[in-house]
Amino acid sequence: MDEIATRTVEIDSHSINFGPQHPAAHGVLRLILELDGEIVERADPHIGLLHRGTEKLIEHKTYMQAVPYFDRLDYVSPMCEEHAFALAVEKLLGIAPPDRGQWIRVLFAEITRVLNHLLNLTTYALDVGAITPALWGFEEREKLMEFHEAASGARLHANYFRPGGVSKDLPAGLTDRIGEWAETFPKFMDDLETLLTGNRIWKQRTVDIGVFSAEQALAWGFSGPPLRASGVPWDLRRSQPYDKYAEVEFNIPVARNGDCYDRYLVRLAEIRESLKIIRQCLAKMKPGPVKVEDRKFSPPGRSEMKRSMEALIHHFKLYTEGYHVPAGSTYSVVETPKGEFGVYLVADGTNKPYRCKIRSTGFAFLQAVDVMAKRHMLADVCAIIGSLDIVFGEIDR
Amino acid sequence: MIESVIDFLLNDPIGIVILTVIKALALLVPLLIAVAYLTYAERKVMAAIQLRKGPNVVGWFGLLQPFADAIKMMTKETVIPSGANRVLFVMAPMLTFVLAMLAWAVIPMNDGWAIANINVGILYLFAISSLGVYGIIIAGWSSNSKYAFLGAMRSAAQMVSYEVSMGFVLVTVLLCAGSLNLTDIVRAQTKVWFFIPLFPMFVIFFISALAETNRAPFDLPEGESEIVAGFFVEYSSMSFGLFFLGEYANMILMSAMTAILFLGGWLPPLNMEPFTWVPGPIWLILKICALLFTFIWVRATFPRYRYDQLMRLGWKVFLPFSLGWLVLTAGVLMALGWLPNA
Repeated sequence: MDEIATRTVEIDSHSINFGPQHPAAHGVLRLILELDGEIVERADPHIGLLHRGTEKLIEHKTYMQAVPYFDRLDYVSPMCEEHAFALAVEKLLGIAPPDRGQWIRVLFAEITRVLNHLLNLTTYALDVGAITPALWGFEEREKLMEFHEAASGARLHANYFRPGGVSKDLPAGLTDRIGEWAETFPKFMDDLETLLTGNRIWKQRTVDIGVFSAEQALAWGFSGPPLRASGVPWDLRRSQPYDKYAEVEFNIPVARNGDCYDRYLVRLAEIRESLKIIRQCLAKMKPGPVKVEDRKFSPPGRSEMKRSMEALIHHFKLYTEGYHVPAGSTYSVVETPKGEFGVYLVADGTNKPYRCKIRSTGFAFLQAVDVMAKRHMLADVCAIIGSLDIVFGEIDR
Repeated sequence: MIESVIDFLLNDPIGIVILTVIKALALLVPLLIAVAYLTYAERKVMAAIQLRKGPNVVGWFGLLQPFADAIKMMTKETVIPSGANRVLFVMAPMLTFVLAMLAWAVIPMNDGWAIANINVGILYLFAISSLGVYGIIIAGWSSNSKYAFLGAMRSAAQMVSYEVSMGFVLVTVLLCAGSLNLTDIVRAQTKVWFFIPLFPMFVIFFISALAETNRAPFDLPEGESEIVAGFFVEYSSMSFGLFFLGEYANMILMSAMTAILFLGGWLPPLNMEPFTWVPGPIWLILKICALLFTFIWVRATFPRYRYDQLMRLGWKVFLPFSLGWLVLTAGVLMALGWLPNA
């Protein structure tokens, strides 16, 4: 009778393909999830589905022609990416933009930050199931897009920051419109917060989810809001100020727990800080040139070209051959809305970069998804990915 | 002539069948139109909350949009995945839809206006709404897709956990009304609607109704951002449409149930002159509309619960609370001698 054999049945975890076509994959993330029921055992991110060879393409373009590629890296915060490249080239050339140019760059870098955080916070909420913030946020983003358009002619891929300043001055009245917007915007933020910050479901879904300690965050190469949410007050705008960031006052929001909720709170606070910077830029900006006057680096205006043979020659040379950058290398970083975005630029004295290595912010975040999501549930993976603000344009490059 | 027709319909067996069919059609056709316009109302209300316009192109104010959607869905190809169990795959949406329609047989629109005024009306409703989970499980299993399967698993767990506390809520109402007959339950509310003495039960019932119909914030089986569309991820065209119709018909059904159990069904708010001019069915429809608006409002406002949190809410909060309230109600009724039929 003892022959009733006990059989041990090993139940394997099953794996699912989370993406590349998935509403919460933020682009083309392919995450292979090994699940035990709904518990995530392992998250294996696969990248490369949006690889366009940007770095190689830049090696075959003049320095000015390389700028638009930066818009297309992190397409949610285009101007901040341009900023990094512009700073790198300026450093190699040994030039600095005039005051107004620097103020405009700071102004638009912060507008871009608000744009980015609005998109991230609201789509993050969408991943957690709240629909309305996304639509409210897009309404507000539309206004900011119009500022982009007024300044650069394009809503998304601005191509506005150039080595040596910005491509052209702001149109008349734009600063007033930005000022008006900055007055009404805090009201919108308050409304947005009523939907999420105190919401019990939102808190249940985000508090203590994807906790990352300060040590872990540093070890995994984190930067930006996810690092600050873990309690490290590190912001490149403060630690190594570029352009006019040394002359504006702002706080660096830091949270303590490093969970999804803290990352949300840090971004919310950053939007309000950006607003402060925007107001200061508007107050401190004075009329003047917006790009270096040296015609070897920045093209002359249309009207000047009609009158001056010299200007016409400069224009022709700049738009065909481009300027030559003295041999050397530099690593320039900016604090994009996502974190530290760097450009390692090697110049060999010709009109094209020898090498342009891009340090994308999201890459470091994506690596950590496995550690963060371990033993969480499937639904938490969406919250974690949303809270890390991953954009595939820059990760895949 | 007319008398003989009426006599035939009321007394001849064939006549009774014909009359029942006419009654069923008189209920189901307006119901389906109501479902169509519920989708329209949802889109319009959500649009208003989200600062957009909603459907506004097809017909005046987009009023023909539901029909455009229906035509679109009917003309699309039904895709059956090669790995699917064909019979069950096709059957699942039909089951969901039929069950959603079936429950309406016992809903009284006015005093005596029910297709089947049966004495176990509430048990019937409970049974039918519990069967609804089968459509979802079958759909999830037969699709042979991991996402669909996860959705089905979630749905099964969810519906089971909420039905228990819903059951206790129903028992509380039955204690107060002294009948399982829905018409009698409404009549018992002539003096005071049950949502006033049983307010916490009313809230629990409404939240459970959200969970029972898989609506936000309990829309885990669909879980747009997690498991894409959950159990109906593989469905297309009208087989998807049937799920959709079933879901919205269930929303109306749950609202009707809430209205009948707690908001006095067809009764006017006050039994006096201006209110009694409005016919009973209009009152019921108004109450249903108000509840449906809340369904949509909730969807536009809240994030989604996580699977385990939803279970915790069902088993650890609602179940003990509704059980406690049931005992309390029974005790009060006994102590004060308010038990009906006693």
